[in-house]
Amino acid sequence: MHAARPTVAQAANRARAKAPTGIAGFDEITRGGLPRGRAALLIGGPGSGKTIFATQFLVHGARNCNEPGIFVAFEESPKRIVANFEGFGWNLAELLRKKLFFLDAQPSTDLIQSGTFDLSGLLAVLGAKAKEMKARRIVFDAMDIVLALLPDDTARTRELYRLHEWLLNAELTALITAKAAGGDSMAPGQQPFNFMQFMVDCSVSLNHRVILGVSQRNLRVQKYRGSGFDESEAPFVIGTTGFDVAVSRILGSTDTKLVNERVSSGVKRLDTMLGGGYYRGASVLITGVPGTAKTTLSGTFAEAACRRGERTMFVGFDSDGAEVVRNLASVGIKLDRHVKSGLLRMISARTITGSAETLLVRIKALSKIHKARCLVIDPVSTLSKAGNELTAHGVAERLIDWCKSDGITLVCTSLLDEMSSRTEGGTPLQVSTLADTWIHLNYLVQAGERNRGISIIKSRGMAHSNQVRELILSNNGVTLSDIYTAGGEVLMGTMRWEKESAERVATEVTEVAGKLKGVMLDAEEAVLEVRAKSLQTELVAKQVEKALLTRTTGSREREVARGRSRMRELRGADVAVPKRKESRP
Amino acid sequence: MRRRVKSKSFRFRLYVAGDAQNSAQAVANLSAICKEHLPEGCDLEIVDVFREPKRALADGVLMTPTLVKLAPAPAPKRIIGTLSQTRPILDALGLPTHSPAA
Repeated sequence: MHAARPTVAQAANRARAKAPTGIAGFDEITRGGLPRGRAALLIGGPGSGKTIFATQFLVHGARNCNEPGIFVAFEESPKRIVANFEGFGWNLAELLRKKLFFLDAQPSTDLIQSGTFDLSGLLAVLGAKAKEMKARRIVFDAMDIVLALLPDDTARTRELYRLHEWLLNAELTALITAKAAGGDSMAPGQQPFNFMQFMVDCSVSLNHRVILGVSQRNLRVQKYRGSGFDESEAPFVIGTTGFDVAVSRILGSTDTKLVNERVSSGVKRLDTMLGGGYYRGASVLITGVPGTAKTTLSGTFAEAACRRGERTMFVGFDSDGAEVVRNLASVGIKLDRHVKSGLLRMISARTITGSAETLLVRIKALSKIHKARCLVIDPVSTLSKAGNELTAHGVAERLIDWCKSDGITLVCTSLLDEMSSRTEGGTPLQVSTLADTWIHLNYLVQAGERNRGISIIKSRGMAHSNQVRELILSNNGVTLSDIYTAGGEVLMGTMRWEKESAERVATEVTEVAGKLKGVMLDAEEAVLEVRAKSLQTELVAKQVEKALLTRTTGSREREVARGRSRMRELRGADVAVPKRKESRP
Repeated sequence: MRRRVKSKSFRFRLYVAGDAQNSAQAVANLSAICKEHLPEGCDLEIVDVFREPKRALADGVLMTPTLVKLAPAPAPKRIIGTLSQTRPILDALGLPTHSPAA
């Protein structure tokens, strides 16, 4: 019982070690859990979750750390505690056989008091039990109850001191819970409580507030001797498996591994606009006013993911899962077979109320069960419903952070009202700044028509198109189409079609005209060729004629000369004719 | 640690914490009460929680000193503390508040 006090070196060694609580988030905040071999204090108002926290700490130790534990119940009967926590699936009944012991320490109602007393009996009992079951952890639940039995502050402080000494000797990791007098922290000036704060190495407070009818629970580590911790208030929920504390990632925690793999958005031309699709593990935000096909666009993503054989979860806040499946089928997005095969899990969260934190925890839990690689949340703006305005942004941050660290590709839609859509300003949750890719959908009302336009506002780390495209929904699916700008005006829908067909006609006309011109030129060419040929022929004829003429002239001259000499011969003249010629000049 | 006094009427078990001061006081106070108010004597067993913690556990004794009245019927009664105030003890045991000797 009275073991030798540990040496300073041993104590220092122990201080470094921590006892994990197994409470998601809490171990991160405290960088490992509660101080091993030391006492910790858990303060909170009634119903703030102290007993759950304490029990979970013991259960985790007994089940996962081979550290059996003792639960000293001052307030509730162990039977009731075990029954209450049956729902968390901790399997207390099995642990109770060897590794967990609940001591019923409720003060009996017929207790008669005469003179002073102390807690030696309790500690003796606990010491023996701890030795017997090799306990490493101990919980004193509702210490305030037992302190209230003691007659005065001196006695209370004395008994706390006794407990403190005993704990130091026993080297058990202890957690003492106590009801807070005034909600957040212990009422100041109360001597025994002050001493309790002093005697523990770690102090945690739980609070529970209701903001606009929505319950918001928070946990805060007030002190932790010899260790760093996250000092801010962290929201938590009591989920299906117990405590779940929300943590933002702490500075210096390792970044998640980045991949350059692309995943399809489910719309071919959108992939092209994004230079290949979304990044795996990226967070995509689709914003737009109601009816701009946000759900449809997230549906195409889900379908594409299922076609690749990736487990996908679709969380719909606006309509039932079956409704979403049916509605998307009308535009050629066939999700029902993936739902049947189990690849796709549709969650309709329309009726879930509660804090944004609760929603996140539920989504996380469900996604873990489904082993989802792709997640759709439609719409994420639900998180900022009344009562959650203050926390919603933090929740959205953690949602994206969690998806990233788990490598889940997240597509969430967000409703923008008419006002903010006009400026394309921030989304209510400011998810837009966190999202890697932001796609905006809007309407263009023109010539009595409402047409959907799609544009990429941002997309980190990838070349992306700056073009606004028209989003067309048909029985065969979702397609994108170029839009026309004419005279500084954007044309969509029928006007785009008109413009397109007009252009088609114009092209045809030009084509025909060209052909006609060609034919005419051919004809002219032919005419000219013919003319050239006939001229050539004429030329030849003339040449022949000319040659003929020349010849005729020559032969006539010769004929004439011959005729003259023949005449002279006939006339018998002498040869002196040339003389006559000389005499002529 | 058994002290037997010839009596069938009252049977007590007193849980003490070793040689703690309040335990010693309880033993002394109980002896005085017995002497004064139970002239027929009583059956008293003293249990040290450090030596026999399992018995304390079985009896649900968490505070020391604790006096458990085992007999006579009805139901066992528990009195915690040094037993310095006699009156509530006598009330609990159903004894007259004035000593028969007086």
